[in-house]
Amino acid sequence: MVATDKPKYKIIGTRPARPDGVDKVTGRAQYGADLKLEGLIYGAVLRSPHAHAIIKSIDTTKAEALPGVHAVATNADFPGSSNTTEILEPGKANERWAADNILAGPKALYHGHGVAAVAADDMHIAQDALALIEVEYEILPPVVDVQDAMQDGSPILHSGLRTGVRAAGVDTKSDIETNLASHMRLERGDVEEGFKEADITVEREFTSSQFHQGYIEPQNAAAWWSMDGRLSVWTSTQGAFSARDATADILKIPVSDIKVTPMEIGGGFGGKIPIYLEPIAAVLSKKSNRPVKMWMEREAVFQATGPTASSYSKVKIGVTREGKITAAYCTFAMGAGAFPGSPVGAGVQCALAPYAIENQVVDGLDVVLNTPKTAAYRAPGAPATEYAVESVLDEIAEQLDMDPIDLRLANVAEEGDRNSSGTPWPKIGAKEVLEAMKSHPHYLSEIQGEDVGRGIAVGFWFNGGMESSSSARVNKDGSIALIMGSTDIGGTRASIPMQMAETLGVTYEQIAPQVTDTDSVGYTAVTGGSRTTFAGGWVAYELGQMIKSEMKERAAKIWDVDSGSISYTDDGEIVGPNDKDGNEQKFSFNELAGKLQSTGGLIAVSASSSHTTQGAAYGGHIVDLKVDRDTGKVEILRYTAVQDVGTAIHPSYVEGQIQGGVAQGIGMALNEEYYYDDDGHLMNGSFLDYRIPVANDLPMLDVELVEVPNPGHPYGVRGVGEVPIVPPQPTIRNAMYDAIGVRFYHNPMSPRRVLDELL
Amino acid sequence: MQAVKYARAADIDDAIRLLAEGGDKARILAGGTDLIVQARERKRDVDLFVDVKHVAEFMSLEYDDSSGLTVGAATPLYELYGDKTVQEKYPALVDASTVIGGKAIQGRASLGGNLGNSSPAGDSLPAMIALGGIATVAGPNGSREVSVAEFCTGPGRNVLESGELIVSINFPAVSDSEGAAWQRFIPRNEMDIAVASAGTWIKLDGKVVADARIALGAVAATPLVATGAAEALIGNELTDEVISNAGDAASSIASPITDMRGSVKQRTHLAKVLTERTIRDALDRINSQ
Amino acid sequence: MIPEPKVISTTINGDEKQVLVSERDSLLEALRDRIGMTGAKEGCNNGNCGACAVIMDGRLVNSCCVMAVEADGSEVMTVEGLASREELHPLQSEFLQNAALQCGICTPGFLMSSYALLQEKPNPTEEEARFWLAGNLCRCTGYDKIIESVLTVAKG
Repeated sequence: MVATDKPKYKIIGTRPARPDGVDKVTGRAQYGADLKLEGLIYGAVLRSPHAHAIIKSIDTTKAEALPGVHAVATNADFPGSSNTTEILEPGKANERWAADNILAGPKALYHGHGVAAVAADDMHIAQDALALIEVEYEILPPVVDVQDAMQDGSPILHSGLRTGVRAAGVDTKSDIETNLASHMRLERGDVEEGFKEADITVEREFTSSQFHQGYIEPQNAAAWWSMDGRLSVWTSTQGAFSARDATADILKIPVSDIKVTPMEIGGGFGGKIPIYLEPIAAVLSKKSNRPVKMWMEREAVFQATGPTASSYSKVKIGVTREGKITAAYCTFAMGAGAFPGSPVGAGVQCALAPYAIENQVVDGLDVVLNTPKTAAYRAPGAPATEYAVESVLDEIAEQLDMDPIDLRLANVAEEGDRNSSGTPWPKIGAKEVLEAMKSHPHYLSEIQGEDVGRGIAVGFWFNGGMESSSSARVNKDGSIALIMGSTDIGGTRASIPMQMAETLGVTYEQIAPQVTDTDSVGYTAVTGGSRTTFAGGWVAYELGQMIKSEMKERAAKIWDVDSGSISYTDDGEIVGPNDKDGNEQKFSFNELAGKLQSTGGLIAVSASSSHTTQGAAYGGHIVDLKVDRDTGKVEILRYTAVQDVGTAIHPSYVEGQIQGGVAQGIGMALNEEYYYDDDGHLMNGSFLDYRIPVANDLPMLDVELVEVPNPGHPYGVRGVGEVPIVPPQPTIRNAMYDAIGVRFYHNPMSPRRVLDELL
Repeated sequence: MQAVKYARAADIDDAIRLLAEGGDKARILAGGTDLIVQARERKRDVDLFVDVKHVAEFMSLEYDDSSGLTVGAATPLYELYGDKTVQEKYPALVDASTVIGGKAIQGRASLGGNLGNSSPAGDSLPAMIALGGIATVAGPNGSREVSVAEFCTGPGRNVLESGELIVSINFPAVSDSEGAAWQRFIPRNEMDIAVASAGTWIKLDGKVVADARIALGAVAATPLVATGAAEALIGNELTDEVISNAGDAASSIASPITDMRGSVKQRTHLAKVLTERTIRDALDRINSQ
Repeated sequence: MIPEPKVISTTINGDEKQVLVSERDSLLEALRDRIGMTGAKEGCNNGNCGACAVIMDGRLVNSCCVMAVEADGSEVMTVEGLASREELHPLQSEFLQNAALQCGICTPGFLMSSYALLQEKPNPTEEEARFWLAGNLCRCTGYDKIIESVLTVAKG
């Protein structure tokens, strides 16, 4: 571990067991699909067999008549249903889009788009009922490729969409209907001049397929809409509050009428931020007057929940002979899926973020396609854009005959350098990461063998801030109940209490954390963007400060002294001035907790905070791999991920986040992709044919933690989970060239594509 | 799950009776790892499962030096590859059966199920063909024998007549001068359907190949018997050139499709690569005996 | 032909149970929806992810690929049966201590597969452990800490 200026902590940096762990290893943990309610019935969704079709009619009569069926729902059951896909105002989302993605409106816009739903006594009957629903479609030609969708004459998804290419910082309107949903541009310096200063300019084009988050737990939701108008929802979600608000928007009911209880969540990686089933379950519950539980079949998860965007990239970078980048011009187009909103916006901001580049233009295009609406996926947008930039840099390093790490060190962004938006960086650890890579035993080791190669690349992600809320109560024995609004996906019920324990000088074990429903804690943004340990930790720190201050007040009352004369030690002791006899006056935290009820009551505090200081972070990866020239298959021989994590609160969980991100990135580089046929059908919607890495695809993934504390956080936390998915694609691509001398320009570099280059 | 009933057969005759009474939509349930999924996803129209796993003949695993190896149609792969005799004498069956699905699939899946499912990519099929496997089939009109090589007639289709079922599969006894191997290509290292596969059996006379059988999977609508590839070996020593010729011959009969699992170009090439690799593996096995 | 409700007699984690199931329930559906034991998870419902793995008559199976009626007369062990009344199974403790789970949805399946592995191969190599567990998908961990945990427990 490489650390700079890190204070000595007592709890932070240790590896305690997570509070939810016993339930999870014994099968007791309650995920959304595990929910049991009295009178529960089961919901299922009929999905479009066509990628693009007008829905002319839906006849549910036979399904409703089937014994055991309690309710049927379609898009018409969502309030405000209008039979139009017209864009109401330029640049403004059609307010029907959210509802239309859940159950199709006038058109089915992708294969697997929900069309109708039923609720029945059991799942078998629900499935039988779906088979009885008659839908009349008028099939339209689909478009599933981002470059095809931008061609004149392409099938058009949304009539009235007339986005033009931005010019001189102004939105424009196209004369013809288009699939371009928006165009954005970041611009600094003078690129034309910059390229004139360059000795070498390399321009390349790249594409990548759609990748799915691939969480093992399918989306689920249960709803009970009581006759009193109160709607209760149970769901495995990354954000109970965002799920509540989105459900309210679609059902057009007051937010205060909905309570969302977040269940345990079986992975999300961004894909469980949008809602898919909650409003359907709610409508079915209202119609049947029964609680309704739904979960998606695996094929539906692939067909209808957010994958990431497919992408097209063009990157041009100019450098001097010494390796100084003089200018960069990048264009990124991303497929948003059926409705606008690809992650291209984040992608363009990340593309050049590791480097200080004076002259740059970064364009982003958001394009609609007949594919599922994309959702966030781990550093959304960044893997595609940074893959293109890191690949071009590898080719430049080769042309300059320069070590690829040295090329990056020559341009690395440091504190005070400006990012693509023109904002100066605070203290960041990009340089420290590159230096740690360069001196890492992996990078210093020899590689040998036929068709064996090594590659490196770096990656960046902002890491979020946003709003988090918590409350805490000190019990009479000193134990503390900590109530959080953030759903815990990967261990935040450990990492946040650890920070509170550090603040208070108490033990980790005496804090009992709980994630609660939307009625029981303040607004909390989604668990995503690598923000939860950062923002949740900050709130826990603030709660700790409030408790400390109140504990001092109570001690002051007992000792009858001014609270200003009382100190709170790092060990959680409350120390006052000596009494009049000269004796030391001191309470342990737990002793004083026992006196709270007699001095004004137990302490209960709550806090919300919204910090905008991002803990931007960088990672750099090194891979050794071997290519089988006969089959095109790649074996990962050794993999090292170096990352600036700010402060590693729980190092095991930090390592786990990085290893998981690397594994996903390797999947993207080598085998994962959406495969559509000519009619836009998704042909590989299963874990059999959408090939996420299995246990024997991977070696042990080595992690080297670099700790450059985030100056914008009390414990120096930067986010961790997103960065590691960014470097694997270019790292592996660069190593492939080293191994077999072939430059690849598409991800994944599946055996088929490798063979195409070699045969 | 579509509306399906379940019946447990008490013996072979009971299985035949249940299947006959059940009609066209009745299916024999062995491990169910394909059938249950197909029925649930409504990709196969089924209204009766006839479970044969409580009938000894379907669960057998027997070897003797004259009649060879007999594997019950529903004997789980787990038992097959765990058997010492199978490991020693029929390693090609171990090659294939240890990689069909994960361990939890192999606790149920069977050679008979793989054959009855008749997928062109069925992993064990080229191995069974190379080993000269003969299926014993029973039905209302008695029983008959069908070679595995001639069993499949198209994707999911086979020679079974209405009311017929597979009881067991027999593999001839093997001598020390025989060797066999099976390989497939998959993009991951487990849990994939073969992009292409090959099974090879060779019998040596000294250094010369006296007899050979080579079969290919996932490169046509059915598993293919690569007669030309075998003929390229017979009468020759296994030099690099001879092996390469066999590979070319195998590749030349491939008539694959492009789909989400592989392309025509890739599969045609892999037919050669895998044929050559399995010939070498088979030879190594003879030499190491 | 119309499926009917059926009563099956199955020993689950040592307890003999008579369970009313639909003839078209999988063992997974019977465990979860009829019996209320939700430790086995549905990740794919077609045998590709291993989240529903249980041990039936001594053999590791995906409970989504077994019909409930097939389990009549069988013994089934689920993740709920792994711990004793007093303590966690060593695999459970090690998974917990070594951060071998993040979201935890795949954990029951991995525990059952690891248990079956160690029953058959008490001292697996890393390669054997990875091969044995290849039928269980995990998307959170990259498998490192899972494999480490299994090998640690094997070493005792």
